Amino acid sequence: MMLLTCPHCGARDAGEFDYVGERRDRPDVSRATEQEWRGYLYLRGNRADWTAELWHHRAGCERFLTVVRHLGTDEVRG
Amino acid sequence: MRLPPQPGEAIDRTTAFTFTWDGRSYPAYAGDTIASALAAAGVRVFSRSLKYHRPRGLLTADFHDPGCLVQVGDEPNVRAAHRRVEPGMTVRPQAVWPSLRWDVKSANQLVGKALTAGFYYKTFIKPRPLWPAYERVLRRFSPGGEVPAEPPDGRYDQRYAHPDVLVAGGGPAGLAAALAAAEAGLQVLLVDEQHELGGHLLWGDDGDRAALRDLRGAVAAADGIEVLTDAVVTGRYDGGRVVVLQRSAPGVVERLVKARPRVLVAAPGLIERPYVVAGNDLPGVLLSTAARRLVNRYAVRPGQRAVVLTANNSGDAAVGDLTRAGVDVRRVLDARRGDDVVRVRGRRGVRAVECSDGSTVACDLLVTAVGWTAPTSLLTMAGGRSRYLASAARFVPADLPDDVLAAGGIVGDGSTADLVAHGRAVGHEAARRARGLPPAHVADLEPGPHPELFHGRSNGIVDLAEDVSADDLRAAVAEGYDSIELVKRYTTATMGPTQGKLEAVNTIAVVAAATGRSIEETGTTTGRPPYVPVSLGVLAGRRYQPVRRSPMHTWHVEHGATPLVAGAWIRPDHYGDPAGEVCAVRQGVGIIDVTPLGKLALHGPDVADLLELLYVNRWRKLAVGSVRYGVMCTEDGVVLDDGVTGRLGEDRYLMTTTSSGATTVEHWVERWLQTERPHWQVHLVPMTDAYASINVAGPRSRELVGRLTDIDLAPEAFPYMRVRLGRVAGVADCVVWRIGFTGELSFELHVPAAFGQRVWEALLEVGADLGVRPFGVEAQRILRLEKGHLIVGQDTDGLTQAYGAGLDWAVKLDKDDFVGKPELAWQRARDDYLVLVGLQPVDPAVVPPESCQIIEDGQRIVGRVTSSRMSPTLDRAVCLGLVAARLSEPGTTVTVLLPDGRRVPVLVMPQLAHVDPEGVRLRG
Repeated sequence: MMLLTCPHCGARDAGEFDYVGERRDRPDVSRATEQEWRGYLYLRGNRADWTAELWHHRAGCERFLTVVRHLGTDEVRG
Repeated sequence: MRLPPQPGEAIDRTTAFTFTWDGRSYPAYAGDTIASALAAAGVRVFSRSLKYHRPRGLLTADFHDPGCLVQVGDEPNVRAAHRRVEPGMTVRPQAVWPSLRWDVKSANQLVGKALTAGFYYKTFIKPRPLWPAYERVLRRFSPGGEVPAEPPDGRYDQRYAHPDVLVAGGGPAGLAAALAAAEAGLQVLLVDEQHELGGHLLWGDDGDRAALRDLRGAVAAADGIEVLTDAVVTGRYDGGRVVVLQRSAPGVVERLVKARPRVLVAAPGLIERPYVVAGNDLPGVLLSTAARRLVNRYAVRPGQRAVVLTANNSGDAAVGDLTRAGVDVRRVLDARRGDDVVRVRGRRGVRAVECSDGSTVACDLLVTAVGWTAPTSLLTMAGGRSRYLASAARFVPADLPDDVLAAGGIVGDGSTADLVAHGRAVGHEAARRARGLPPAHVADLEPGPHPELFHGRSNGIVDLAEDVSADDLRAAVAEGYDSIELVKRYTTATMGPTQGKLEAVNTIAVVAAATGRSIEETGTTTGRPPYVPVSLGVLAGRRYQPVRRSPMHTWHVEHGATPLVAGAWIRPDHYGDPAGEVCAVRQGVGIIDVTPLGKLALHGPDVADLLELLYVNRWRKLAVGSVRYGVMCTEDGVVLDDGVTGRLGEDRYLMTTTSSGATTVEHWVERWLQTERPHWQVHLVPMTDAYASINVAGPRSRELVGRLTDIDLAPEAFPYMRVRLGRVAGVADCVVWRIGFTGELSFELHVPAAFGQRVWEALLEVGADLGVRPFGVEAQRILRLEKGHLIVGQDTDGLTQAYGAGLDWAVKLDKDDFVGKPELAWQRARDDYLVLVGLQPVDPAVVPPESCQIIEDGQRIVGRVTSSRMSPTLDRAVCLGLVAARLSEPGTTVTVLLPDGRRVPVLVMPQLAHVDPEGVRLRG
């Protein structure tokens, strides 16, 4: 199990967090085409590379935080 | 035979008792293992082997002994050479028929030639349809114990540990490493597989015991060392997590310790390797460490007349121990001088040994000391490698990550003092690294020279647990399985209960010889966790099931409520008569405990913007003192939750959610606030447990609540969908809103939780003359179904978007933005979805069970019944259901398929509500 560093609580076991998903930018609702919107909903990069993810410190401070993680090695960039 | 007291013995001769083995009573001392007590009584056969059902006895006399799996009571696969015997214990051999002594399946060894690798695959594969029949018969031939039908007694547990340094192995190096790290001021968790600390010093000579006494005394005196004995590290995982299985923890059957040390020190010592030669699996063939354990720890004389094959000082020491124990050592074969064993003779045990000089020595014991295996799997799990060192005839660790260190025998050889010195150096370095200092090199302990002795000139068993012989491996290579990983899978060598600890290197050596490659080129199989078998019970751990109860829970129990488990909540399903409870609400007044409703207090100037964003409907004009029903969707337009939110003050709102969605919505709101709209000033406080919530419903509810509050409840002063703050039954700070999930005039009271039961009882007391009755979840479900109010998750599913849930009226596509807006705009332009409709079976007495399919053309599924009940109000069946949009026109007759196969006609209604569609009752 990985360690994630919560900016409020410090290094904690990943089991305390919920993985929410890759960070995505929400398209402009007034302009988004179906393709853009569905890309936002369903398409994930899932590359074996550095990826910005949203995690939720559910069993801790309940903050949502961005974690930059290498999906190949599980290294987390501070 | 039991020897007179030995200086290092583990047994306590002042505590003697009996236990049974195979139906007979045997004596034992406290501290005996099952196997040592039986060996002391002369028992030599403990099991039958997997394939050939050959008799098997002690080999290693420790946890990993492949011949000693037994059934203890209803616990199968107990390691008899490790488990301590207890008074009255019932121990049986496993999977022998009709008995351990006469096992008919031993006929297999007569056809042994036919039972080579892949025999079962090749023989029973055709004709394929017969495999289930083959399987039933073959099962009887498998060696496992009997799994009890009932869960075992006792509790399994888990804990977390956060030591600075975890030391795996409590021999001289491990003890010294733990001491050095503790002296540096760090917290150390010291784990050892045996029942006592000491490793091989436990069965050593006077000097070893003196050294051990010093080390154990220092450990006991040291600050910061927690010791777990009879515990084993089962694996190292991502992020440096180390999992320890603790077998004899007080109060529990087993405990799993999830540790996250800063540095792991592996000091497992060495495992002695068996010799592969014909007859090497006969009872009476012992490893030198096993012979030394039996004599020195358990005061057991393992035989009368022995031959010893030795290539190292462990074998030499065993000669001394055996001689001292009165064993007649008939011959010592020194492998360092080229002596060898050609074959072991005997049927039920060793009877003679054929030596390489052509002589045959009659004996009942062959003790071998032909080499060591370094248990590197923990290190390879951690990302290290192992490297073969031919001069030492073993693999040694290499390329360890910075947070893992190896100490002692796994690294190299030396005297006890050398091992302690190496352990101290490693412990010191572990302390430095745990403090975050850059790694420094620790001088390695050099592995001493050792002859390469894996297999002799005759065919012996390589994997004693799986009954795989050297010839089996050679046959597999001849068939083309020339990679070690393929040989393993094809022959099952190293895949049995010993998991390669004894046999992996011999397997590699045989395959290397058969393929003409070196051991280095042949490589190793991959060691994966767990290192030892782990029970499912301990993986599950103790079952924690949080239970939530409302402040009125005790009252419900005392008044005969039938409990309903709803998520974490225990709720009253009904109080004996749900239909009567429905009638009481429709005709008079009833009260229901709705405390589990999710409640979120929202404060701040931007709450209205938040509500506009998260709900599909409009909120900006909600006046202070008003409440509104709201629907939330996710970004794909699927209905997430619904509930009523009220504006209590200028910047103060109270949001309610469904009972099951409370946590989801809380996280959902937080997520939008924290990630998408961090600049908004909104403060969210979960209030679900802070309020006890009571819904008072029925035409006489105004009268009832009026008797307990100073709030003006007159229809013009407190209309439908309004909220008022005030006192109820003398309790201040209550929130009262006028809403109507049940379809009746109703007031929902949110009172400070501590006063919940007081208000509940007051309502029943002052309303006695009104006929007030408590009602439960079932009555509420009937009432809301009669009224056609949907339940998210029951009448909708993970694909139901807002228009499909009949919420067209709520969706405001002309808002600039709200969560899910684009998808809902597109949904409205389509008609390819299911729509929620009111349904009534043409036969009023037929209640189609929920989830019945709605079908077309005899079989095509075009929807389903999502809710159904017999309506006490209408005295007929009423339903909600999802149907294809083209069938949702009022007056359409659809067909519902019942579980018994009947097809019944069901009418689509003009609206969801079956009772009071105009809402007269609600607004009264």
